Amino acid sequence: MGKTITEKIFDAHVKDTPFEGVVVLSLDVVFCHEITTPIAIADLVWREKDRVFDASRIKAVIDHVTPSKDTKSATQAKIMRDWARRHGIRDFFDVGSNGVCHALFPEKGFVRPGYTVIMGDSHTCTYGAFGAFAAGVGTTDLEVGILKGVCAFRRPATMRLDIEGHMPKGVYAKDIILEIIRRLTVSGATNKVMEFRGNVVESMSMDERMTLANMAVEAGATSGLCMPDTVTVDYLWTHIKGEFGDKKKAAETYARWRSDDDAQYESTLAVDVSHLEPLVTVGYKPDQVKKVSEVGDVRIDQVYIGSCTNGRLSDLRVAAAIARGHKLADGVRGIVCPATTDVYRQAMKEGLLEVFMDAGYCVTNPTCGACLGMSNGVLAEKEVCASTTNRNFNGRMGKGGMVHLMSPASAAASGITGRIADPREFL
Amino acid sequence: MKQFGGPVLFLDRRDINTDEIIPAKYLTEVDKAALGPHVLEDLKLEGFEPGGSALRSARVIVTRENFGCGSSREHAPWALEVNDITVVIAESFARIFRQNMFNCGMLAIELPKRDIDTAFALARSGPVECAVDLDRKTLLFTAGGCGPANVAFVLGQFEEALVRAGGWVEFADSRYASG
Repeated sequence: MGKTITEKIFDAHVKDTPFEGVVVLSLDVVFCHEITTPIAIADLVWREKDRVFDASRIKAVIDHVTPSKDTKSATQAKIMRDWARRHGIRDFFDVGSNGVCHALFPEKGFVRPGYTVIMGDSHTCTYGAFGAFAAGVGTTDLEVGILKGVCAFRRPATMRLDIEGHMPKGVYAKDIILEIIRRLTVSGATNKVMEFRGNVVESMSMDERMTLANMAVEAGATSGLCMPDTVTVDYLWTHIKGEFGDKKKAAETYARWRSDDDAQYESTLAVDVSHLEPLVTVGYKPDQVKKVSEVGDVRIDQVYIGSCTNGRLSDLRVAAAIARGHKLADGVRGIVCPATTDVYRQAMKEGLLEVFMDAGYCVTNPTCGACLGMSNGVLAEKEVCASTTNRNFNGRMGKGGMVHLMSPASAAASGITGRIADPREFL
Repeated sequence: MKQFGGPVLFLDRRDINTDEIIPAKYLTEVDKAALGPHVLEDLKLEGFEPGGSALRSARVIVTRENFGCGSSREHAPWALEVNDITVVIAESFARIFRQNMFNCGMLAIELPKRDIDTAFALARSGPVECAVDLDRKTLLFTAGGCGPANVAFVLGQFEEALVRAGGWVEFADSRYASG
């Protein structure tokens, strides 16, 4: 019987099976940010175990509140900085070189097919786009990961999503994942792994695959994986050139991590994108999804383009193409947050930032900030935001605010009209 | 090992997420105790009063499906822990929250809907207490003159080992040589 990619990765990383059904995996990399790591560091210090399992396999970033906004966030940043220095963690990204973790770490080549990855962040599932088993964990799992390089999991069942068809104009990876979450609900994939398959995924860029995988957790999934292929190799090439010499060899090597044709799946879901329309969330849960064309007249106060879901260069290109030559509607604030320093730099070179600024947007430094209501774009009570982020929970972007999740194209279109808008009218 | 059992707080809604359990604006705290006053602050639920007496006296939460979904923040179980709530009983949990509870040596107990319904029904006759017998894997719900309702629960060997060890750090530290 064949194996899924997840089964192959598990089998290759078993460190221990302490009890039936529980597998302790050895970890290839452990990623850290300043919100969930400082308490793990403090606990290790308190236990007199202030050590790391392998400084070269730990990558750290200050991304949630950066530059620091107050004494508390500055203290978190300082704890990270001091810790990285005393343990010789060289891949540490601070103000000036930092970015939203799930955009930054892939860009640096830290995620490879077949890897096991944990981070104290639920959107760690993003790295599944590379054919890695990547799972969000809490601070205690992170702490043990930092100290021992291991993490315990129950073997997850795999749900295969066959995403087929022809992508209509104005429909993007974000619309596909919103459709999937709508159909599965916010708990439909709990304790499972999603495997994104089909011709649509095969022809997607890594940026688009990351948008898909990023929101797997919004349906409860442990991780969301794509099959590594030539697109994966092309994206990673500058980082793996020395290891493989030529791209064909890299693709052949990574092919060992693809699911076998006769692998067994717990369930399959067919998603035909050919008749999909731009989608938007309308409540406080990411499975409350409607067609943009059916939400009626919904006035907005703010547009937010950024985050680990949709703050990458291709997202800014799509949004800028729509914003170009237009102004934000009266009374609408626009915020563009390039997800990493490199995205920022490239967007500047391509003139995208100028397009946004001409339209009246504020361009901020890379940070998670507004997505979770911590800084750089928090809403007031009763304010409404058209947002490219991943969560619309009550209070998420500020107490009493309402967040409508949508694609960068829909967000840019909404900025022009001042209401939730269909991007197809601007393409 | 932690203490388990006491007055029950009932939260009759599915999909309560960790942003509702502890809003992100408090995640800059590096001291768990500072989370205490803000637990469930953003939870919108009829009959529930954030910071109210039912919450303050609670040692156990009984709730519906998919409790603890969303953000991975362990600040959610910590915010419960510093309020002496060490048991959450639900129809189901989100994976990360459930693991975080056991990793902290706390109990995340899954019960079938009919048992959860029984507990909710008992609450109509007054404040409910829940006693936890970890050896026998049973819960005893009592409410004033009504009940008691005796409910069996299932706990995996791994989860029980974590609870008895006091958490995952203790368990892992005794089992795996440091890297």
